[in-house]
Amino acid sequence: MRHTLSVLVENKFGVLTRIAGMFSGRGFNIDTLNVGPTMDPATSRMTIVVRGDDAVLEQVTKQLRKLVDVIELQDFSDDQSVDRELVLLRVCVAPETRGEVMQICDIFRAKIIDVQRHNLSIEVTGDDSKISKFIFLMEPFGISDLTRTGKIALARKAD
Amino acid sequence: MSHSTSSSHPATHAAVDRGEPMSGADILVTCLEREGVDTIFAYPGGASMHMHQALTRSKTIRTLLPRHEQGGGFSAEGYARVTGKAGVVMATSGPGATNLVTCIADAYLDSIPLIAITGQVPQHMIGKGAFQETDVFSVTAQVVKHNYLVLDVNDIPRIVKEAFHIAQTGRPGPVLIDIPKNIQQAITRPVFPAEVHLRGYDPIRRADDVALNELIGLIGQAKKPMLYVGGGVISGEASAALKEFALRTQIPVASTLMGIGCFPETHPLSLRWLGMHGTVYANNAVNEADLLIAVGVRFDDRVTGKISEFAKHGTIVHIEIDESEINKNKHVRLPILSDVKDALVRLNHLLDRAGKKPLDHAELTQFDAFPEWYKQIAEWRDAFPFTYDDTPDAIQPQYAIELLYELTKGEAIITTGVGQHQMWAGQYYKFDEPRTFVTSAGLGSMGFGYPAAIGAKVAHPDKQVVDIDGDGSFLMNVQELALAHIEKIAAKALILNNQWLGMVVQWEDRFYNSNRGHTFLGDPDDLNRIYPNYIDICKGFGVPCERVIHKKDLRAAMQRMLDSKEAYVLDVMVPYTEHVLPMIPSGATYKDVIYKGRQKLEAGSGL
Repeated sequence: MRHTLSVLVENKFGVLTRIAGMFSGRGFNIDTLNVGPTMDPATSRMTIVVRGDDAVLEQVTKQLRKLVDVIELQDFSDDQSVDRELVLLRVCVAPETRGEVMQICDIFRAKIIDVQRHNLSIEVTGDDSKISKFIFLMEPFGISDLTRTGKIALARKAD
Repeated sequence: MSHSTSSSHPATHAAVDRGEPMSGADILVTCLEREGVDTIFAYPGGASMHMHQALTRSKTIRTLLPRHEQGGGFSAEGYARVTGKAGVVMATSGPGATNLVTCIADAYLDSIPLIAITGQVPQHMIGKGAFQETDVFSVTAQVVKHNYLVLDVNDIPRIVKEAFHIAQTGRPGPVLIDIPKNIQQAITRPVFPAEVHLRGYDPIRRADDVALNELIGLIGQAKKPMLYVGGGVISGEASAALKEFALRTQIPVASTLMGIGCFPETHPLSLRWLGMHGTVYANNAVNEADLLIAVGVRFDDRVTGKISEFAKHGTIVHIEIDESEINKNKHVRLPILSDVKDALVRLNHLLDRAGKKPLDHAELTQFDAFPEWYKQIAEWRDAFPFTYDDTPDAIQPQYAIELLYELTKGEAIITTGVGQHQMWAGQYYKFDEPRTFVTSAGLGSMGFGYPAAIGAKVAHPDKQVVDIDGDGSFLMNVQELALAHIEKIAAKALILNNQWLGMVVQWEDRFYNSNRGHTFLGDPDDLNRIYPNYIDICKGFGVPCERVIHKKDLRAAMQRMLDSKEAYVLDVMVPYTEHVLPMIPSGATYKDVIYKGRQKLEAGSGL
């Protein structure tokens, strides 16, 4: 089972070492990890996707909360949050396939951000299912490179 | 002004406590003084000598020079373990810092407040592979409660205050402060904060009333309740509250190795300690209890054996300050996240209101709350005492410890190394007070005993402090005899010398058909010679030492050791054929206990 954890941390020296080290030292796996600034320059937000059963998740959240630099931790289940991931990929195209690739990009509202004779660089944003479907559809054309941000998430709040 | 104490740096105005201009090193020492530090174990080097210069200007801090950083770290731990105050150790960068890592990991696993201060290469050299450079921040990250690399001299007062706060509150632990040399040398006017502000750290945990009442209800229904208590009771200063709780509820008590002394072991409700080499009756009682109240413990594998079988039929309640320990190794029915003292004091209050007064008796069976249970426990206790076959001339290690108990009237502080002697020390010396049994339990660090004894003796100069050690463990930090001699610290060492790594030998006997895998510590070319010769070694250090081979000589020799006003080593030759019993093989259950005999076992996958 996959969980998305949103972790507000002190923007201090070594905080990533502590978080990453906690996972490796205790044998937990990180699927994706994203770190970025927040509105407050003194803090950063990490979005961590972890895989594990309830017992693993319970330990992960408790061990994270125990770190002095962890200010707040939210465990998002599906209905509490919105999440997105951004993927950049370079897809091989030939004259006869370029049109089809561009058509799929249209359907997925993906952006073509660089065009070469034999490939297209594409930017696509979405949730898990959209991203994996898009990659699945691009695979037959040949993905020569791909980079993903990992998931970022935001709590839903009805003011 | 660098050696000034808090009284001599007047605040410039009410809100800001600002000192005179001084170097980072002097600021550090001033901060240590303000935290009440009276002793620091510190070994200088290029990246830390500026701090040593500042230490020479301190009027209140005694700086003790260990002869190896690991010795210094264990001494600081010994100091912390007997006082509850943070022990402080300092080392230089690179090898100095890496030599502290074992001590820091040791303090981490046993939840001991330790402040480790390391010098670091100057900031402009960091990452360049400079001489004696190690990224000690990253190296220690997984074995500290928290750590710091100081990046600005103005941060020192805040960081030191935070470090002591973190180390000594909640579940205690080690905190490392790494200070680059240029920051030690930088001059500033320090601002000393009055309070700590850490929004990610709130150590205060108080049980909720519902849970405490639920526990009282469970006790009311129980027929075979047990208390399983650990180091958290000692670090939480909750021994008195625990005793009152046990006497009000009349529930028998078994401790972990770390919990030894938190409940008086000579009390009739005490079943001594449980686990791999604990008493059969404690293990039986904990595993067959219908209600197990676990207080300040972590369900360690040396306690539980096969975790799925541990206390399988009982309702488990876990009172614990560290949320991550709850349901970590064992799922419990009623978790109570709380400072253990707070929980026990409030439970005592609830019991008092329910009319449960503390009652004391001289015998277990005189207690009346759970008569059938006491009868069962008394039967186990009578059938399975700690026992060994004594010999007329050869000195059995267990006998030596019993004799030490007799001669010290049970009032000494005992430290240990790691191995067979450590288990026998726990078995044959009885502890009635917290903070009197000082042992490396979680990490199991050989070489812990003698430096820890030095730290304990420095903290309690009026108490008898004896390191019960093995010849293997003692040799690992033997250089600390120099510190004891030069600084006139009368820490005693009782070496149970069998010329072997006894605990590994025991496992070889049990699991590996007695095939010896580098467990002999003596001289294979001359088996009649005792090697190394501790009398000669001690002579070199200027420490008196006696060797005892015959039982008839032991009592007088031990008395001479105890009477000595200076450090003293008693080298007691014991047979290496003894096994520590009882023994629950790792990964097994209490029903698999070996009480007597030398049967061979299958080497399992356990440790």
